[in-house]
Amino acid sequence: MHLLYPLIVSAGLFAIGLYGLLARRNLVLVLMSVELLLAAVSLNLVAFDVWLTDVLRSGQVLTLMVIAIAAAEVGLGLAIVLQLFRQRATSSIDDLDTFTEPR
Amino acid sequence: MRVTRTVATGRTVHAAEAPSYLDVSGSEIVFILIGVITLGAALLCVTSRNVVRAALWLVVALGGLAGLYLVLTAELVAIVQVLIYVGAVVVLLLFGLMVTKAPIGPQPDLNTANRPVALVVAVAAFGLLVAVLIDAFRFAYLDLTVEGQGGAEAIGAAVFGSWVLSFEVLSVLLLAAVIGAIAITRRDVGSKGRR
Repeated sequence: MHLLYPLIVSAGLFAIGLYGLLARRNLVLVLMSVELLLAAVSLNLVAFDVWLTDVLRSGQVLTLMVIAIAAAEVGLGLAIVLQLFRQRATSSIDDLDTFTEPR
Repeated sequence: MRVTRTVATGRTVHAAEAPSYLDVSGSEIVFILIGVITLGAALLCVTSRNVVRAALWLVVALGGLAGLYLVLTAELVAIVQVLIYVGAVVVLLLFGLMVTKAPIGPQPDLNTANRPVALVVAVAAFGLLVAVLIDAFRFAYLDLTVEGQGGAEAIGAAVFGSWVLSFEVLSVLLLAAVIGAIAITRRDVGSKGRR
């Protein structure tokens, strides 16, 4: 298989994730777009690993680690979203424009 | 053309003769089909007006990505992708939608006013990436006939052999993330005074 096919699918996923990251208003939807960005990177890692036939399997091992880090990131991100929602009763990015605690 | 390249060990291999792009192989057809499904589902995920449907389209996109890993002979990564992403991360995201009382049904105001700028940035990023990638990797060809590259045995030996330190560091990071998530969401931590 030509290396270009996975690379272009990965570039498409990255661009779609970038669009969602910038255009979405809901915090949970922004987190989903971050997942798409990470997925694009993972596909690149696997494709280059298979291309190089690396004996250390660095690409695939790094992909496993990216998946684990993404799980941790979603857990922490949702904890922050939940706490923000408790304090301000909103998960819309446009309303979360201040660092001070709500009165 | 004949491509000679050096792998990480210093061993020089002769890659398979790269056929032309018009000569499409079976695995390429499968890859293109699953890739189209994945990209379409991702696009619907970021454009859907319904938050729950967006999460479910994310399931399709990440499941399609697992299929792409399978075509690329990375079997263990595909299985882990299904287990962790589709099984855990998306369920977590759905819980997140639930606890933030996201409304069911279509919503008109799910996108910010930045939407045209975001579209321009995304299209520009895609165009730039594709131009660079085509220029750099036109002649690169994957040999998918090498056996045992992505199986559990090879990846397990690599994780617990060469990469064992980063594996341990990662487990500490996961522990820290779990403790951090609990500390952030508990109501009775660090709020002795008036809240």
